[in-house]
Amino acid sequence: MQFSRYEPENFFDEMFEGPGLPRSHVRLLLEIIQSLSDGQLLRYKHSAERLLLEMGITFNVYGDSAGTERIFPFDLIPRIIPPAEWEWLERGLRQRIHALNAFIDDIYHDQKILKDGVIPSEVILSAASYRPQCKGLNPPWRVWCHVTGTDLVRDRNGQYYVLEDNLRVPSGVSYVLENREVLKRIFPKVFEGLSVRPVNDYPGRLLEMLESIAPARAVNPNVVVLTPGIYNSAYFEHSFLAQQMGVQLVEGRDLVVTGSGVFMRTTKGLERVDVIYRRIDDDFLDPEAFRPDSLLGVPGLMAAYQAGHVSLANAPGNGIADDKVIYAYVPDMIRYYEGEEPVLANVPTYLCWRDSDRAYVLEHLDELVVKAANESGGYGMLIGPHSTEAQRTEFAAKIRAQPRNYIAQPTLALSRVPTIVEDHFEGRHVDLRPYVLCGKDIYVLPGGLTRVAMRKGSLVVNSSQGGGSKDTWVLADRQLGQQQWQ
Amino acid sequence: MGSRGPATGAAAVAINSKPLLSRVADSVYWMSRYMERAENVARFLAVTLHLRIDLPYGNVDVWQPLIDTSGDAEVFRERYGQATPENVIQFLAFDSQNSNSILSCVRASRENARSVRETISSEMWEGVNSFHLMINSAAAKTLPDSLPEFFQQVRRMCHLFQGVTDATMSHAEAWQFIRLGRELERADKTTRLLDVKYFLLLPSTSDVGTPFDDIQWSAVLKSVSGFEMYRKRHGRIVPARIVDFLLLDNEFPRAVRYCLGSADEALHLITGTRPGTFSYACEQRIGLLRSELDYARIEPILAGGLHEFLDGLQVRMNRIDECILEDFFAWRATGSAAGA
Repeated sequence: MQFSRYEPENFFDEMFEGPGLPRSHVRLLLEIIQSLSDGQLLRYKHSAERLLLEMGITFNVYGDSAGTERIFPFDLIPRIIPPAEWEWLERGLRQRIHALNAFIDDIYHDQKILKDGVIPSEVILSAASYRPQCKGLNPPWRVWCHVTGTDLVRDRNGQYYVLEDNLRVPSGVSYVLENREVLKRIFPKVFEGLSVRPVNDYPGRLLEMLESIAPARAVNPNVVVLTPGIYNSAYFEHSFLAQQMGVQLVEGRDLVVTGSGVFMRTTKGLERVDVIYRRIDDDFLDPEAFRPDSLLGVPGLMAAYQAGHVSLANAPGNGIADDKVIYAYVPDMIRYYEGEEPVLANVPTYLCWRDSDRAYVLEHLDELVVKAANESGGYGMLIGPHSTEAQRTEFAAKIRAQPRNYIAQPTLALSRVPTIVEDHFEGRHVDLRPYVLCGKDIYVLPGGLTRVAMRKGSLVVNSSQGGGSKDTWVLADRQLGQQQWQ
Repeated sequence: MGSRGPATGAAAVAINSKPLLSRVADSVYWMSRYMERAENVARFLAVTLHLRIDLPYGNVDVWQPLIDTSGDAEVFRERYGQATPENVIQFLAFDSQNSNSILSCVRASRENARSVRETISSEMWEGVNSFHLMINSAAAKTLPDSLPEFFQQVRRMCHLFQGVTDATMSHAEAWQFIRLGRELERADKTTRLLDVKYFLLLPSTSDVGTPFDDIQWSAVLKSVSGFEMYRKRHGRIVPARIVDFLLLDNEFPRAVRYCLGSADEALHLITGTRPGTFSYACEQRIGLLRSELDYARIEPILAGGLHEFLDGLQVRMNRIDECILEDFFAWRATGSAAGA
């Protein structure tokens, strides 16, 4: 399969500067791919799909009563990030996570940023994700965002933007590790001559981070992963991470809270739990503290957490900074807490609770992307240029009824990467979700998850909406590598 | 290594790994039981297909006994009526509504495995997952001609799973629950087979010692993969010896006594209780049953009625299963009650 007829069109292409003009850092890779015999790439693609199915790397489709499992489509052509670009991205991510933690801690303590008038108080207090139960809590190291999966996108000029911070329970990291594994097993040749930074130490780093936030009394902290259960769409990931860390995967019904802490029910009785990496949303975490109808959670868990008997990652209440209205203030937060200009830019955002913004949004619905402030996963969203008149009317009504609940952003022409489509390559739009761990220290996994909108022209990369993924390579700085060897 | 008892084995060593969740113990136990059940059903079906070829005049009904062995005769009669080869194979191999069909067993085994992927090894998960994919595609397209090959494949997948389980998973508490499930399932299947076949071939105890059909008895042995091992141990085909072999042998892995001995050992390794003593109800019950079989002779059993004896065994093994649930898994019930 050749790239000679590949057409980057009028988009920023991650691999080509123009038709027939590959970027310098991808040339070696393109040579390897083009040196394959006819049909070989498609055979690899087939093997990769079979392997994913046999390994059971699947996600569950909601609303399908048969509990159908599907593989997450995987494209063999990697997305490549050159060393200097990654170094800059990593700096931006560290700065952003640091400021977000400071913000959340401030909101649940003195609220200085509100008193100083940087962010209007009513924006915070009206957020559905603001948790009064968290006021005055001091999680270890004052960290609230232990695992973050920031969504980054690039526009037509190649400029990077933060699209969402995903502080609550970000998923997808298991696909980063498994995509690399599959590519290494199926198509090892593709790595020849390149030094790609490894990703497989992530579970070790995650465990280290989780142990670092254990309550002080715990000598050998017992860490567990809390999952909603096998019907959750990310169940594979929960079980994968528990397995890779060598810790127990628990469901709510496996845990019990007593006056002295949180315990799991074992064949030999109750066993204490010190750190819970919970993959259940705040709302469902504890029926006594949050939604009383939750069957997935653990009654009394919040009380045990407030008493310091157990540590939770991510910290409940951190969703306040994930609200899409509050997102618009992150650059201000960075200036306020860090005293620096933000490295990474936000997507320009219209806040519908502001009269002038709302008027603009309502007039330009066919150009903008409208999002509900408190949703994720591509739900509750309108993509103006791809919408129907009826959808726009529906959203206009929603915006007028609940202006606080909606924001709008310009539709970005996301960057593209060559992707296998039938028997040739076509550009498909991508985003990038790097993963950041924050405990005592901050760690940024090199690369992250590149999600691909597999449908032609589509800008929606969510797996729930037909997206796929690619392996993401951060190239190692060769000079740095040599220095380490000496 | 022939004799077993309190003095043998390293059973006194308590397991020192991390504690096991009750829910996980429950799931691995059933993952293992269903896998073993799938293999047994496949073996019974394969042997019956063979038997049909070996019995020249076709005047012996070989299919109805298979349904009787399954324990689901009632359901079968309602849904299918007559025990034709097609009906029986469909019901026992591919019927998704029959919870004990090969298809359902593999699904259930895989579903249990899926809920404990972090506990079992990746190799085990990939084994049961590939097995499940294989069964699903076979259910859609297996032709009558390729059935023997299909049953062979099922057995191979089960054996592979057991080998991988032994070779890739630490022999800690969860593994002992896997062993426990497998041994109890085996013991159950051997008693059922013996009951139905013996009852069928020798309708009353006074018929013991009368002429019998070598082919049918060989088939019974083959149904538990025991023909060759029986030959080595006892030589000639003699019904009383076959019953002795399948019930009381202490070396053949599908003999009831062997299975219970191994299950008893697994249980003591789980609890850390000294062999020959007990601290849980299930340990006491399995210990009593085991020592009874250790000191039994076949003649009085046959004289007292094999069917009655096997019935008693089944009842007691069911009680053991219930006790295991109460002793180790019952937390689960408490849990869901608290969560509701």
